Amino acid sequence: MPLIEANGIQKVYRTGDIDLCALCDVSLAIDKGEFVAIMGQSGSGKSTFMNILGCLDKPTGGKYILEGIDTGGLDRDELASIRNKKIGFVFQGFNLLSRASALENVELPMFYDGLSSKERKLKAMYALKSVGLEGREGHHPNQLSGGQQQRVAIARALVNNAPIILADEPTGNLDTKTSAGIMELFVKLNTESNITIILVTHETDISEYSKRVIKFLDGRIVSDEKKGNLPQRHRDTEEKLG
Amino acid sequence: MINIPATLRISLRALRVNKMRSALTMLGIIIGVGAVIAMLAVGTGASSQIQQQISSLGSNLLMVVPGATSSGGVRMGAGTQSTLTVGDADAVLKECPAVSDVAPVLSGVAQIVYGNQNWSTGVTGTTPGMLNVRDWKLSAGRAFTEQDVKSSTKVCLLGQTVVDMLFGGLDPVGQIVRIKKIPFTVIGVLEAKGQDPRGQDQDDAIYVPVTTAQKKLFGTTFPGMIRMMMVKAKSTEDLDSAERQINELLRQRHRIGQRQDNDFTVRNLTQMMQAAEQSASVMTMLLGAIASVSLLVGGIGIMNIMLVSVTERTREIGIRMAVGAKTWDIRLQFIIEALALSLTGGAVGIIIGLTSSQIISSLAEWPTIVSPLSVLLAFSFSGLVGIFFGFYPAYKASLLNPIEALRYE
Repeated sequence: MPLIEANGIQKVYRTGDIDLCALCDVSLAIDKGEFVAIMGQSGSGKSTFMNILGCLDKPTGGKYILEGIDTGGLDRDELASIRNKKIGFVFQGFNLLSRASALENVELPMFYDGLSSKERKLKAMYALKSVGLEGREGHHPNQLSGGQQQRVAIARALVNNAPIILADEPTGNLDTKTSAGIMELFVKLNTESNITIILVTHETDISEYSKRVIKFLDGRIVSDEKKGNLPQRHRDTEEKLG
Repeated sequence: MINIPATLRISLRALRVNKMRSALTMLGIIIGVGAVIAMLAVGTGASSQIQQQISSLGSNLLMVVPGATSSGGVRMGAGTQSTLTVGDADAVLKECPAVSDVAPVLSGVAQIVYGNQNWSTGVTGTTPGMLNVRDWKLSAGRAFTEQDVKSSTKVCLLGQTVVDMLFGGLDPVGQIVRIKKIPFTVIGVLEAKGQDPRGQDQDDAIYVPVTTAQKKLFGTTFPGMIRMMMVKAKSTEDLDSAERQINELLRQRHRIGQRQDNDFTVRNLTQMMQAAEQSASVMTMLLGAIASVSLLVGGIGIMNIMLVSVTERTREIGIRMAVGAKTWDIRLQFIIEALALSLTGGAVGIIIGLTSSQIISSLAEWPTIVSPLSVLLAFSFSGLVGIFFGFYPAYKASLLNPIEALRYE
């Protein structure tokens, strides 16, 4: 059974009398442990698709099955619960709570999962350590660099042991060197912890890190390629970046 | 499931970030709660003052005064006709079952001399029943008896004010004072009672046996004449029947025909006072209601600020939703924030209310009583205001679309 199964997903926005088709009949299956890059121009529907995969949005047609659960029949709170337990988000703009420390930001998903404060702290410290931010727990986002902020966001995505990380342009606000570091971290999480990573990007450099590239155009999938020898390509990129 | 202490911490932090704004928002509630407490204290103080006056006058009291004279069509007003006698008073006590005690009154003003001191005050001739009728006790000595009344002995009871004026610190009991140059033995001192409802000092008075007053001090136009009588009914419920019985009895005794008007009037003092008390409690309610309006306005201030806060924190709400906050997690966060504002305001308001009641009572010399109930009421009302006005912003926040909220700049 695939981890993610999309069958004929449609997202139609109605503006006046014209139906605008953001996603038209997208079908796709992603297995556990895959590293997928979703590529496309802006307006191609890749972000809309991402929001549906992340249970932030509901499709207007078709079926989205996550770990065997049909998400179509779920209400707001049930979707929130799925986001909490199964999906970790990493956004382009980091989306950290500016008034909270790194530790508190990482604790946030567990806060809505009803864990005790002791457990929360322990797991958040561990997650921060695993993204290389040991000793920065008390820093607020404005005291951290962009790369460090994105690492906090990744720690937040990891902390509830979600099987899927959805990253929407995670390196969009970062310079190339920092981007490479973040991407290395994703690769490490994918290979070592077998976390499924789905990445939205428009940069080919970034998509090089993935094992599978899906291209969107005008709300449809136009290509879906799996790559074999990722480690080789990955090393190439690293040399290129110097 | 929902983590209240942690949610509380988040809310308090949000309030701390905007200290000035939080303080100003709270000010509405502070003023509201303070006003409610102070106004209720003023009203309750007035009510209790009236109640005190009622009890100082004597409870279940009726007054019987003679009717008006008329000469050549000019009516002279109540009490100008002298028709009541000691006999009437005795009859009322004996024949009206609803009456528990009667005190006839024959009073006048006289000069009193003790040693080199003198004082002018009201001298009231009455019977031993007076102490019971007025619920009055002695602070020293003894009361005069029926025997004193029968034999018109020259004894007197002094009010506290008279004692202060004539004796200074000395013990008056057993001393001789001269009233209209006639020597009287002081046999007792009345307990201090303070002002009556009309503001007159009740302690500035001397009581002598009614017969002594009639024969030795003031004289009478006909035998046994008195100015009025005070009647105590057996209970509050008996007041009306006592009034009816006295009317019937005195009409009979004064031989008043079917169509003739009474030559006396029965006044129900307790009822008048109760009406006054009632109006005081209406005033309390009115003041409280007006003050509650300001509490309500404070609540609207909270709603206003919470709505601003929700808009400002749209992105934060989006983040929380993305990582799994459910509808009620979001709602509770904002409701707790509103509640924290209103309850903190309420607590400060209690302090303000207590101090301003103190200030009012010392500056305006108006008695204020802060009842614990009014404090509790104002505080819980402020909490309700917080929940009520916090709910709509919280509800609005919980309905945000997470995608749009995350994109909000």
